[in-house]
Amino acid sequence: MNAAHSSTGKAVARLSLRLYVVSGAPNSATARANLFDILSEIPDDSYSVEVIDCITDPRRALADGVIVTPTLVKVAPEPQRTVVGTLADRHSVLDALGFTPALPMARGADE
Amino acid sequence: MSSRRKNITDAIRHAPVKGIDKSATCIGGFDEITGGGIPRGRVTLLVGGPGAGKTVFALETLVNGAVKHREPAIFVAFEENSRQIIANAATFGWDLEELERERLFFLDARLSPTVVQSGAFDLSGMLAQISDKAKEMQATRVVFDGIDVLLTLLGDQNAERREMYRIYDWLQSEGLTGIITAKAAESDRPSTERYAFMQFMVDCVVLFHHRLLDRVSIRTVRVMKYRGSSFAESEFPLIISKDGIHVSTFGPKSLDVDASTTRVSSGIARLDTMLSGGYFAGSAVLISGAPGTAKTTLSAACAGMACARGERAVVLSFDEGAAQYVRNLKSVGIDLQPHVDSGALVIHSVRTESQGAEEHLLSIKNMLDEHKPQVLVIDPISALGKTGGPIAASHASVRAIDLAKSRGITTIVTSLVADDNQATEATSAQISTIADTWIHLAYLVKGGERNRTLTIVKSRGMKHSSQVRELILSDHGVSLADVYSAGGEVLVGTARYEHEQAKHEEERAREEETQRHRTRLRLAEAELAARITGLQRELDAHRAELQRADSEESERKTRRAEGHRAVLQRRTADADAS
Repeated sequence: MNAAHSSTGKAVARLSLRLYVVSGAPNSATARANLFDILSEIPDDSYSVEVIDCITDPRRALADGVIVTPTLVKVAPEPQRTVVGTLADRHSVLDALGFTPALPMARGADE
Repeated sequence: MSSRRKNITDAIRHAPVKGIDKSATCIGGFDEITGGGIPRGRVTLLVGGPGAGKTVFALETLVNGAVKHREPAIFVAFEENSRQIIANAATFGWDLEELERERLFFLDARLSPTVVQSGAFDLSGMLAQISDKAKEMQATRVVFDGIDVLLTLLGDQNAERREMYRIYDWLQSEGLTGIITAKAAESDRPSTERYAFMQFMVDCVVLFHHRLLDRVSIRTVRVMKYRGSSFAESEFPLIISKDGIHVSTFGPKSLDVDASTTRVSSGIARLDTMLSGGYFAGSAVLISGAPGTAKTTLSAACAGMACARGERAVVLSFDEGAAQYVRNLKSVGIDLQPHVDSGALVIHSVRTESQGAEEHLLSIKNMLDEHKPQVLVIDPISALGKTGGPIAASHASVRAIDLAKSRGITTIVTSLVADDNQATEATSAQISTIADTWIHLAYLVKGGERNRTLTIVKSRGMKHSSQVRELILSDHGVSLADVYSAGGEVLVGTARYEHEQAKHEEERAREEETQRHRTRLRLAEAELAARITGLQRELDAHRAELQRADSEESERKTRRAEGHRAVLQRRTADADAS
């Protein structure tokens, strides 16, 4: 948990994400790449990502209420947030994941 | 109009039975105009403005399929919450919660407002889920309702189009019967809409239209395209009623209605005589006339008589409450209250403007279904003509009559004619062509009086009086009196009464004179008979006298011959010297 401190020094719960994709779909592939690109800037052990393929596990996706793909769900910490699309807009993704303005890389240095 | 109607009926009748496989919607009238329903295993697009009935249509198709054909189905709701849909469906009497357990699945496909969008997305994941679900429940029909709500978020027309094609291809490859609803602000020109391309893509396009005509809401439906099948191309009225959607086709398909020769009393003895026995059972009777000419009374008389015979009747009274209707008729000696109490007579009062002509028509149909009457009175049928524009209304009137006729119900309709020129009322003119009997009531103003007259304008297939009669309303009921024409003038009311009195006097005088004459003749006859008796006696005396003379003569001759023989014997003359 040593890495689970933001730059303000406040302790936060470990980030838990789910990404619903369709394997082979271009939008899903892009979203996957974009997500890992964003996550590459925070320590590996501060988050976990579960990738669910709607083709191989349609019932899970149905039960979770996934309407479009790709869909990213922040399961923890509360509040739960959902982002749909290729996650092309880095800023809105970070915002939804609860990083702004905490992470310096999202907004540069604190002013 | 009649040729147009014929074309439509023909189109309905000749819609192919074979050809492409169809999936019945079981929506009243729709399967008729499409010759069997929507194309099975293909995609049907429902286009229409808000509140035009697309969602209800799609839902009813699924519900009917699930209930009547045991075809499981999936409803994908992009616009409304599935709980809302289920609640709405309950108002039509569909128990979706029950169906949902095995044969109906609702997929809530509404993105929560808190969802953040970042970049493009697609529906491939959802389709994978539906494929799986469809296999699990063996669904054959799928509805995508309000998909534009979701696709608009893509903000890219090309991407939207791609997703539409994705759904279309998916439905095709899965072999599912698909229904997609799409919005159109103005469904008269669907080609200008953003999903216009879909109309080229899909196999069947159905347009829904909702508009206001004379401030009354009118819904219509039109099949615009149906690949591989003929269909009725006209626009048909669509009604959303308490038990779902009804598409009004032009009533019974043919005019092959049994022609009854049974007579039904008009409720007025003299009128029955004029019609040589009454109305034909199952025929349509039009009673036209100016306000206050007793159209209502005349029509109610027939209904009252039917109930008195132990039959059933329905009266559809526009703009007059049932209680008022009964009270007013009682004042002219027609007591309907016992029939209302016994349930034989149903009086249904409606406000003309409360609903469109189509809704009125549907409620008539429902009443006929429920009550199964032998006599139907629509008073006045011109009220149907007040809503929904003249065309819709006249069709509704004609169809109402057709509907009743097809069930062998004797229908009496009244029609208000503003002035005495019968031809001015378009509705009445149109109805008059399908009415079998047309009775016209009018006023005759003469000698400071206004009196009602009755004429039978026409009556198909029966001898009828061509004379004008005076219609008299009294506490004891309705009666008809002869109308006198004297010196080229028609006499009614007091003039008729005076004329009748004068004629009575004349008649009495003539009768008395005849009586006297007969007495005289009888006396003369008696006298002659007496004389004949006297003469006969005289004749008999004469005959007796003559007979006596004859016999005396022959006696005398015999005596003389005997005397002669005695002399000869005494002389002993030679034998036979004589």
